[in-house]
Amino acid sequence: MSESGKPRVAVFKMASCDGCQLQLLDAEEALLDIAGAIDIVNFAEASSDLQPGPYDVTLVEGSMSTPEQLEQIAQIRRDTRFLITIGACATSGGVQALRNLEDLGTFVEAVYPRPEFVESLATSTPIADHVKVDLEITGCPIDRGQLLGALSSLLSGVVPRLSTAPVCIECKRRGFVCVMVVKGEPCLGPSVRTGCGAICPGFGRGCYGCFGPSQPPNTDALGKRFIELGLTPKQTSDTFRFITGWAPAFREAAEAFGDGDGRKEEEVRTP
Amino acid sequence: MTHRSVEVPVIARVEGEGALHITARDGEILDLRLEIYEPPRFFEAFLQGRSYAEVPDIVPRICGICPVAYQMSAIHGLERLFGVEVSPGTRELRRLLYCGEWIESHILHIFLLAAPDFLGYPNAIAMAKDHPELVRTALDIKRIGNDIMELIGGREIHPVSPRVGGFSRAARRRDLEPLLPRLEWALSEMPAIADVVASLPRPLLPREVEMVSMVNPDEYPINEGDLASTAGRRFDAATFEAVSREEHVAHSNALHSLMADTGTPYFVGPLARVNLNAERLTPVAKEVARRAGLSVPETDPFFSMAARAAEATLAIEESIRLIQAYVPPEPPMAEVVPRAGRATWVTEAPRGILYHRYDVGEDGTILEAKIVPPTSQNLRHMEEDLRNFVPGVLDRPDEELRRLCEMVVRNYDPCISCATHFLTLDIERR
Repeated sequence: MSESGKPRVAVFKMASCDGCQLQLLDAEEALLDIAGAIDIVNFAEASSDLQPGPYDVTLVEGSMSTPEQLEQIAQIRRDTRFLITIGACATSGGVQALRNLEDLGTFVEAVYPRPEFVESLATSTPIADHVKVDLEITGCPIDRGQLLGALSSLLSGVVPRLSTAPVCIECKRRGFVCVMVVKGEPCLGPSVRTGCGAICPGFGRGCYGCFGPSQPPNTDALGKRFIELGLTPKQTSDTFRFITGWAPAFREAAEAFGDGDGRKEEEVRTP
Repeated sequence: MTHRSVEVPVIARVEGEGALHITARDGEILDLRLEIYEPPRFFEAFLQGRSYAEVPDIVPRICGICPVAYQMSAIHGLERLFGVEVSPGTRELRRLLYCGEWIESHILHIFLLAAPDFLGYPNAIAMAKDHPELVRTALDIKRIGNDIMELIGGREIHPVSPRVGGFSRAARRRDLEPLLPRLEWALSEMPAIADVVASLPRPLLPREVEMVSMVNPDEYPINEGDLASTAGRRFDAATFEAVSREEHVAHSNALHSLMADTGTPYFVGPLARVNLNAERLTPVAKEVARRAGLSVPETDPFFSMAARAAEATLAIEESIRLIQAYVPPEPPMAEVVPRAGRATWVTEAPRGILYHRYDVGEDGTILEAKIVPPTSQNLRHMEEDLRNFVPGVLDRPDEELRRLCEMVVRNYDPCISCATHFLTLDIERR
């Protein structure tokens, strides 16, 4: 607690697009209300007043992708009572985890003229692979309601719980037309956890997996359905290997349906 | 001899991570480096082998602040390669979606990221304690921009409906019409916001610069147009890589852009656009520019905030016009048949021109991708600004010097997440 008696909250980022912490800035009115209940003491994107730990609650966005970040996250963990990782990058490595299956050197050379200047780990991995995480809020980006709900729960002393039910449940509840049944369009909805409000089917297209695998993920049946719809093994594999493709359930499904040119999971060492 | 040392470990209120190192002796800059430590994410590499249809879902992840810009540069370029003709409704809806992003991004920058500097606050929340009405008004206007993006794209960060060929579902008139009274209200507030911008104490940084933006004879450029510079260049997206080259420097995970022929840096963004397109500003936007003290030509980067206010106003006026005239595209998606070749396009992201190039196989697979974001085009120019600015303020106390350097950087609203695909300040005064 800070001197004001309010919980001290910090926000950090690793490798990411800033979109998840922007959800906090985009909360506008709620932000001013929450600002009354907590002290945001370290949030570089929003404030130049950056205070050292300890923190009661820390939000971290982004995946682990450089050697420095491994040291930084260990320090953040030591400074933090309740660590929340936010977003697909922090919870499953993010879309940049697509590099995990490739040779990093090739990737660096594809993007940078002077590869020797670039320091990067071979993989982009979720934070929970490296330190204990108290709550993971998935999504690309996270849902503002889930974030504010989790913070409110914590403020009232309750450990937040998030649904792991699939997007399909939300889609049916909202009365959207099933894009897979009606249009034959591949949709990850049966295997992806809800949180977005089923916006993709609501906008006439298939879910592409922003919130990560549901429980159970049921990827076997879904992948077979994709094949029946006429997707090639590579297309089926790519559908799982996308925004949250490094989440174990999707990684396994991508390998099971893929054409086998990706390296197997156990060959990829997580530092 | 005077040796001094100042350090700023993280430059705050920019999107992404970076640091600034300055070494000075007797008022002379010995070394100046903007160090970009935002980790590289290798988008151009993992785009290889993916389908063209997935590109609008992948590239917005480069930047949570300007996802629409990434979608629009990619989609337009791929459609041109494939020979896809979209309906006027699709074209107008894309411009409206982009206006939402301009409103959101510009207002976010003016009030949440930049204004606290000029008024001496660490952040907007502290500023809100003394100026509650101003911050409330700004947040309400920003919300309108976010809502435009959400209504059209499904969500404001990483919209889901924009596709190569159009929209997976086009917004209906009745979805958009409730925005009109809110936009009219926002427009009525902008002149007063211009007065606030004009009242902020502003450092001076007058210097000769080359500014680059899109130009379009028919409208203020966002999605379509040629490229032009204040030095008289005129070119199009297809020749971008011949005009602008990238240089990789050791201290940065973001590449620096330079003019290929002269090797000199250039400046993109709102101030460049206003300079090259002032006559195409909408009526209230012109009034806002005038009240904010901005008249062209103006090359002092500290006028960027005034340019953002004018452009936010333009985006509000354009949104009103586009919604009033909106006829939903039917069907919302044009037929897309991929073909092999090179797709190139430039659009005006809130921070300046965003270039995309895709080499595509005949089945629509991406073979190679190149993305040049506005912030990396501006990086060398930011360094040059600091070289010009810092000698004049080296006598200031450390805290103030640090704040002033951050302000120079923040003029560009740098989006470092984009540029690496930014800032700690470390000043050594010997």
